[in-house]
Amino acid sequence: MTVFDATRASIPSTRPGRPLAWWGVMLVIATEGTIFVALLSAYFYTRAVSPEWPQGGIDPPDLLRISLFTVVLLASSLPMVYAERAIKRNDVRRLRIALAAAFAMGLAFLVHQGFEFAGLEFGVKDNAYASLFIVITGLHGIHLLIGLLMSVVVQLKAARGWFDAAHHDTVTVFSLYWHFVDVVWIFVFSSLYLSAHLR
Amino acid sequence: MTIESPLRADEPDLPSPEEVWEDRPGLLGFFTTVDHKRIGIRYIVTAFTFFFIAGLMALVMRAQLARPDSDVVSAETYNQLFTMHGTIMIFLFNTPVLFGFGNYLMPLLLGSRDMAFPRLNAFGYWVFLGSGVFMLSSFVFGAAPDGGWFAYVPLTDKAFSSGINLDFWGLGVIFTGISTTVGAINFIASAFKLRAPGMTVNRIPLLVWSFVAMAFMVLFAVPSLTTAAGLLEADRLFGTAFYRPASGGNVLLYQHLFWFWGHPEVYILFLPATGMVTTIITVFSRHRTAGYVWVASSFFGIAFISFGVWVHHMFATGMPTQATGMFAAASFVVAVPSGIMYMCWIGTMWGGDVRFPVPMLFALGFLVIFLLGGITGVMVASLPFDLQVTDSYFVVAHFHYVLNGAVVFPIFGALYYWVPKMTGHMLSERLGKWSFWTMLVGFNVTFFPMHILGQRGMARRVYTYDRGLGFDFLNMIVSVGSVVFAIGTGLTLLNVVLNHKRGPAAGRNPWDADTLEWATESPPPEWNFEASPVINSRHPLWDEEPLPYVAAADGESTEQAQSPIGASRREVAVTTGFSAEADGHFRVPEPSIVPAIVGLGLFVLFVGVLLIGAVIFWVGVVVGLAALTSWAWQCEVDRS
Repeated sequence: MTVFDATRASIPSTRPGRPLAWWGVMLVIATEGTIFVALLSAYFYTRAVSPEWPQGGIDPPDLLRISLFTVVLLASSLPMVYAERAIKRNDVRRLRIALAAAFAMGLAFLVHQGFEFAGLEFGVKDNAYASLFIVITGLHGIHLLIGLLMSVVVQLKAARGWFDAAHHDTVTVFSLYWHFVDVVWIFVFSSLYLSAHLR
Repeated sequence: MTIESPLRADEPDLPSPEEVWEDRPGLLGFFTTVDHKRIGIRYIVTAFTFFFIAGLMALVMRAQLARPDSDVVSAETYNQLFTMHGTIMIFLFNTPVLFGFGNYLMPLLLGSRDMAFPRLNAFGYWVFLGSGVFMLSSFVFGAAPDGGWFAYVPLTDKAFSSGINLDFWGLGVIFTGISTTVGAINFIASAFKLRAPGMTVNRIPLLVWSFVAMAFMVLFAVPSLTTAAGLLEADRLFGTAFYRPASGGNVLLYQHLFWFWGHPEVYILFLPATGMVTTIITVFSRHRTAGYVWVASSFFGIAFISFGVWVHHMFATGMPTQATGMFAAASFVVAVPSGIMYMCWIGTMWGGDVRFPVPMLFALGFLVIFLLGGITGVMVASLPFDLQVTDSYFVVAHFHYVLNGAVVFPIFGALYYWVPKMTGHMLSERLGKWSFWTMLVGFNVTFFPMHILGQRGMARRVYTYDRGLGFDFLNMIVSVGSVVFAIGTGLTLLNVVLNHKRGPAAGRNPWDADTLEWATESPPPEWNFEASPVINSRHPLWDEEPLPYVAAADGESTEQAQSPIGASRREVAVTTGFSAEADGHFRVPEPSIVPAIVGLGLFVLFVGVLLIGAVIFWVGVVVGLAALTSWAWQCEVDRS
């Protein structure tokens, strides 16, 4: 019987690498992000072969209010960064405040999107532009909704004292997903709202 | 070769591995298990069930085509048969059977105890099963998909395919894509983080590399299929205009999205098959794999290039020659890494002492068939030639040489090679040799004449043809060949059925192989290894006997030595990504019914969309979300 002392392999290393969950979420983000790449490619492909854009005499989307809520959504990443820092200092109270703030900002954006959908002058069946606009922004909205549902679970876990300075992988990976939804919006906003005004 | 278990605890306060690792008994254990070996075998058995179903469909088609002006089946039935034959073989056999082998083998190859996300792994299987049942149930309603396995618009739009048929296809491929995606995530995370200490990047078995390359392709290719099929279903069910030219949509968009997945998919199937061939050739040549770095790099080279060649499926759509020329050039480039791998296989055998048991025969059969399929691949990558043979039987011949010959032959070789590990019993060499030679002859008699048929102008997907066009004799040959091929595959089925419980005992390492799965018993216990092996070479079982194990450093108690490396705790050692140094451990989650319930919720959700039944849909959403919440609530990543 050979017994090998693998440089004290049984002792957890003092400087641990990324947790497994971090790998899992990063790979989910890679594949979900590719869905948006495919959809935005579809948008620009359809636009490139279309004689007019937007099609069917639809006006390019109004920029004023959505710009405001874009700022709100992107800014919601700040409390999320703060939340992670707070729990690293073992500050559960500030973690919960920050999570709640990010949740409120995300919710505000989603509510605005609901109003925007209700006030659209076109329907999803009208033409390819209308279909692309509604499906792409709608899919982003669904991702945000899922983020809000995740947030509820994370906030409940925080309220029950689940996290401390050494144990908060859930907060880490949840914030990664949250940032992802925000970053995707930068691309969706630039493509569907800003670029539609370029002639 | 015997390997003593160095760390089996005799102390009464430590639980036995059985207590810690075994599943609950009976049906409850069946639905709750997270053991990668049970899940892997399940994948393989389910996928082979689909294989034989789709094979029978092919036989019916060949019965129809054996003679001109035949009416064995109607044109409508024939359309359903060729659509579902392709769909099942790609989505429900080839992909999942490779995932089954990957699930079974990867933790064993890495010297670990389970995958990185065991519950996700169980979930992946239930989704695969659900999507298979979903798609096949279309036959019960007499409404199987009938638009070809790539379901081009405008044929598949509601205006021209008004039935529910295509919805089974569109929703089914989205459904099964979820299973493929979570499986891929598991492969990558496991290969990066769960390797045995000392298994540095340049010691990872090539089979693992092939699965990692495949998994990365899945992550970036499947979203494109999901988008293609998702927009198709939106058009069909909700009247959107993505692919409707009359409303500003574009039908070519579908083809772009589909083939941006479709071409990588070919290599998603092919790469793990080459990984299996590399393993088998190495072991039966009893020689280190020639050009380890070259083979591993070729996997990733092929994976990378495969994302830049999708337009070669669309040469006949009238795109500008400058564009198609670029894609033709990129397609030729695929031959370079393929050729490198081929040379490495030859080099391994050249330097080695080659034996010819059944797995090796299948690997050699693969070499011959892949060479032919590769040559016709270079031919159809050439623009003028492709325009001549597009949608002809030449293309059918080509893709069966690569997808049947170059993927199914390695899978059969893998069965003969690894079933003894899975069951503890050897398969019959004699029956296996009969099976191999019958399959090899049947395969070539079936598919080689199709090249000629295609060049004579026989179009694919025709349900019959007129007498006297020069197709009659060759079609009869093809049909006879298909029966021979079917008998060959049936002999392997018979072999497995007869011998998986009664064959001669396999022992730990019947093939004198080099990788870690052969260091443990056959079949391996639930905990895989008594203790974590330590890796000092690419071919650990050839270079070190007995294998060294992780042990306690001086001054530690036995209990510390058991954790995280012993089997007395439900834990897996985690190592760093490149250097494979110890990096803590993670608790393997307990068996759970939750993944199966999330899968059930998804199934109900998809049925709801299929029937446009809002109530069913929301029931599925609520069940799925409730189960997901419970999953998240139980999740213990913060506690390990």
